[in-house]
Amino acid sequence: MRRRKGCTLAVELRSWKELPIGGVVPGGATPELNKTGSWRSQRPIWDSEKCIHCLMCWLHCPDDSIFIKDQKVTGIDYEHCKGCGVCAAVCPVDAIEMVPERGGAR
Amino acid sequence: MPSVKVLAQRQEQRGSRFTGGHSLCSGCAEPMIVRTVLNTIEDPVVVANATGCLEVASTRYPTSAWNVPWIHTAFENAAATIAGVEAAYKALVRKGKIDRKIRFVAFAGDGGTYDIGLQALSGALERGHDFLYIVLNNEAYMNTGVQRSSATPRGANATTSPAGSVIPGKPEDRKDLTEIVVAHRVPYVAQASVSNLIDLANKVEKAIKYEGPKLINVYSTCPLGWRTPWDSAVKIAKLAVDTCYWPLYEVEEGRYRVTYKPKEKLPIEEWLKPQGRFRHLFKSEKGKELIAELQEAVDRHWEELLMKERCTQGEG
Repeated sequence: MRRRKGCTLAVELRSWKELPIGGVVPGGATPELNKTGSWRSQRPIWDSEKCIHCLMCWLHCPDDSIFIKDQKVTGIDYEHCKGCGVCAAVCPVDAIEMVPERGGAR
Repeated sequence: MPSVKVLAQRQEQRGSRFTGGHSLCSGCAEPMIVRTVLNTIEDPVVVANATGCLEVASTRYPTSAWNVPWIHTAFENAAATIAGVEAAYKALVRKGKIDRKIRFVAFAGDGGTYDIGLQALSGALERGHDFLYIVLNNEAYMNTGVQRSSATPRGANATTSPAGSVIPGKPEDRKDLTEIVVAHRVPYVAQASVSNLIDLANKVEKAIKYEGPKLINVYSTCPLGWRTPWDSAVKIAKLAVDTCYWPLYEVEEGRYRVTYKPKEKLPIEEWLKPQGRFRHLFKSEKGKELIAELQEAVDRHWEELLMKERCTQGEG
């Protein structure tokens, strides 16, 4: 989670007088406030054994929801993944499976 | 040339420049393009974004998905805005107030480029500002509910060109914006697709090496407007490339080069069939005639393109 130093989110302001000049949005607040994982009707399940770390899923993920470390896939960000299934569609070794979502986002 | 590992390394080092949590539709191709473009550029970036899906969905107040300086402009003037920012930057460099290299990128949809923003774009191209213009071409006004634009292909069903018993979808042919930009004699123009993101990264890297206006027209699938499955963004764009409906090519200082030639050129039906917006074409005689005409137009444009490549590459 990146949040710029000294940045107050607009939702944390106590009155309109604290709004930044020009209504500027303090940077990069979307991931903290919009948990788009609740949109999901299908959940991608990543198989670490099958994965060859080609990063095609990371490259194509519209929601930047594939966690990577040292250019290797480490998991899926279920807080923001909308369950579109593009990752499963582009995976060359079928290491991602889409299963029906039950019980909403975690 | 950047590989996917290099792009991943850059994002890991400096954090994501376009984060998740935006409200673009599930499976939208636009964020894939935006992330690839911003990851490819190593220098600091300033982005101007015309009104459209990308702008509306990525910056719902009080949130923003952008971790780079970003300006929202009206529908028609993304090019004029980025030109102004670039002029201000040049003035500050002249006065010795900035010494870093900064890149300027404009993102706009096909409505904001082909139709409404064409005049501002043409002006900025002619004045020769140093910026990269990325067209997110999803072939209609998706943000307001799939109205036809001048990028919409002939025969497509849109809310302002509905398919009925008399008229089979949009009656007019699409406009060739890439060629309009080529006619401005700018240093670099290219066509790319969301199905070939590494090809797009290569084009971005090549483009920013040139001083002056550059444009890349990127084919961006819209599962909602084209009525295709949510996970089909890459597949449909790939079919557009393999049928040669959307050829991938670049024009570098007037020299054409086709960057991807499909081993086997697929018939246009392969691309039309999976899309709900063309479903009516397969149900009537008139529709079938239109498909034949579309195929003829695609073949003609592809041959033309190959000929341009031969003519301009000849002398090296």
